Amino acid sequence: MRRRPAPSGHDMTCRQAVALVTDYLDGALTGEQAALFRAHLAECPHCTEHLAQIRVTVAPTGQVGIDDLDPLARADLIDLYRRWRAGT
Amino acid sequence: MVRLALGYVRSRAVAEEVAQEAWLGMLRGLDGFEGRASLRTWLFQIVVNRAISAGRREHRYVPVDDRDLEDDDGAFGQDGWWTTPPVHWADRAVDRIAARDVADRIRELISRLPPGQRQVVTLRDVEGLASSEVCLVLGITEANQRVLLHRARSRIRALLEREVMT
Repeated sequence: MRRRPAPSGHDMTCRQAVALVTDYLDGALTGEQAALFRAHLAECPHCTEHLAQIRVTVAPTGQVGIDDLDPLARADLIDLYRRWRAGT
Repeated sequence: MVRLALGYVRSRAVAEEVAQEAWLGMLRGLDGFEGRASLRTWLFQIVVNRAISAGRREHRYVPVDDRDLEDDDGAFGQDGWWTTPPVHWADRAVDRIAARDVADRIRELISRLPPGQRQVVTLRDVEGLASSEVCLVLGITEANQRVLLHRARSRIRALLEREVMT
């Protein structure tokens, strides 16, 4: 019986790796896919950089001002929600 | 909530009306919330439902679909390797992207994204919902959600790259 060799960085192309970045960050890859992805990254500085750029991209998007609830409305809402959860 | 509604209706006035209606609907309709989702998810669900019916009234409802799947990840050759490797800037981007004007540009870019991408990236990366919540709110599959998120993030990445390089 032959053991399956450990994945090498060349088992996945850059195009494939970049296409899987979002799935990887969401933890949506299968174990085998994730192993291939990591093996590719270990040998490819460009795809490593691309992943870093996507990570850097997600952070400032969260800084975009959202239509926040005003504090009073938020307090009312949380109160309503708690009472509802308490079944009253 | 107004931004979310704008994914379905064109006019800001209608979107504001929808968000307000959603508040009223929420206050009256607590029974409809079965505890299967977080409060935020539930609220967003109400906004989406109401925006869809308002959009139908406006005759401009654009359903979530995956027609915007063009490849804008980068430049790859037929063999699948980079033809133009990415410029390396991630490690020196932190100061630049914290600037207020960058947030404004990101907001402006998001407003111009195709509806599906705009809704997913708004809920995931701006509002911080979990992917399962986004799927519930928009009624799309996890896979479809990730494709739309991937496209949207790729475009925001390209915007940041221009910001950092200039």
